[in-house]
Amino acid sequence: MVTGSELRVDLGARDVVARVVDPEMPMLTLDDLGVIRSVEDHDGSVVVTITPTYSGCPAIEVMRDDIRIALGEAGYRTVEVRTVFSPAWSTDWISEAGRRKLAEAGIAPPGKAPARAAGPIPLTLSAPSSQVRCPRCGAPATEEFSRFGPTACTALRRCPSCQEPFEHMKEI
Amino acid sequence: MSPHEVHQGEHDATNAYQSLSETTEHDDPRWAFGTGFEDVEAEISAPVPEGTDPADLAAYCQMLGDDALIYSQRLSEWVANAPELEEEVALANTALDLLGQARVLLSRAGHVEGRGRGEDAFAYLRDQAGFRNIALAEQSDDLDFARCIARLLIFSTWRLALLHRLLGSADPVIAAVAGKGVKELTYHRDYAARWALRLGDGTEESHRRMQAGLEWAWPYVEELFRTSDEERRLVEAGVAVDPAGTREEFDAVLAQVLEQATLARPEVAPVGTIGGRSGRQGIHTERLGHVLAEMQSVAREHPGATW
Repeated sequence: MVTGSELRVDLGARDVVARVVDPEMPMLTLDDLGVIRSVEDHDGSVVVTITPTYSGCPAIEVMRDDIRIALGEAGYRTVEVRTVFSPAWSTDWISEAGRRKLAEAGIAPPGKAPARAAGPIPLTLSAPSSQVRCPRCGAPATEEFSRFGPTACTALRRCPSCQEPFEHMKEI
Repeated sequence: MSPHEVHQGEHDATNAYQSLSETTEHDDPRWAFGTGFEDVEAEISAPVPEGTDPADLAAYCQMLGDDALIYSQRLSEWVANAPELEEEVALANTALDLLGQARVLLSRAGHVEGRGRGEDAFAYLRDQAGFRNIALAEQSDDLDFARCIARLLIFSTWRLALLHRLLGSADPVIAAVAGKGVKELTYHRDYAARWALRLGDGTEESHRRMQAGLEWAWPYVEELFRTSDEERRLVEAGVAVDPAGTREEFDAVLAQVLEQATLARPEVAPVGTIGGRSGRQGIHTERLGHVLAEMQSVAREHPGATW
């Protein structure tokens, strides 16, 4: 049990939360992923607000626990982690550093999320775009073979040049 | 809402099993069937919009939530049964998105109702008549892939049209669910439409089966556009949208897919109502009982279990 006299707060609470990694894509920090909405530090009592990537994302509970643990280890005594849904998360919020780390880990980073035009959302029946660069060999055109990958946020693609399959973080 | 005390030094970050089985809330053991969302969701506790009857809002959240919950349960039956691993992952992901939407909506229903029911009480402890989902969601496709695609095409086209119109709902939780749901359902609908195209405009056999899948699902289409009394009142308050208003968009999208897929729009009679009552009023087909038996059995057998 931590008592007041043992309190050790070296890093700012925001910095501590920013360094927590995503449980499903541990090459990314929560800061890279763009899910941290706010971190409020009231004299060592911290309220963190995060946003889930997808409605049913199972990683959100692990993120919550990891944030509490990281802040606890940094000396913060009371921690509350809240979740907000609006505005909805977009892959556009992934940082440049995050995109680089994804590519280095063999996951093609997302392109620009589709702009929301007025009127009904158009149906896309055409073949998915080939304009995703292979994160392994750098070939500019690759093919999607499944829109849904091992995590809610990735699609599966393969590269016709190096023949390797890879994940692509799909734009939302 | 109580902030969680953090105990230092009790967590071994390298022990994956400990991470799985323990949280930092030692005084608050994990309820085996859910997570107690309401404690941590900032938006769930927003005030009821002005001019809105809380009972209507709670009912509407259950309608939108139950559609997603019950259909998610049916989609999950494909796990370990899909024709290919990629399709299994796709259907499981779709089910997971819908389950996420359902959890928020049912938590909101519980908060607005104010009787202490959380998402788990709604999912696990209601009987058939308490559910307000449309009949399409509860049917069994008997693991026929063409039926699965036909239903997903119909359901996602309709729900996307609904949620797209709900982006401006006066209820902040419904608007927030719509904000995420629109992105998710756009993917679900594209997936179903491409498969309908591939099967319909494929071989003679795949065409025959895709057409049969549509004929199977079509009797449940009419209900999607029927407006309940609660919805009618909530449209006035700017909280709900009239489902009848999504018919034109639904018909246009279906026409686009069916034409390209060389499929015919089914000419089958819709299933009837009982004195004008159907899913939205808690009147269900016997298929819902099968869903609930599977979904609720563990929670009912071990009430309040924790781990």
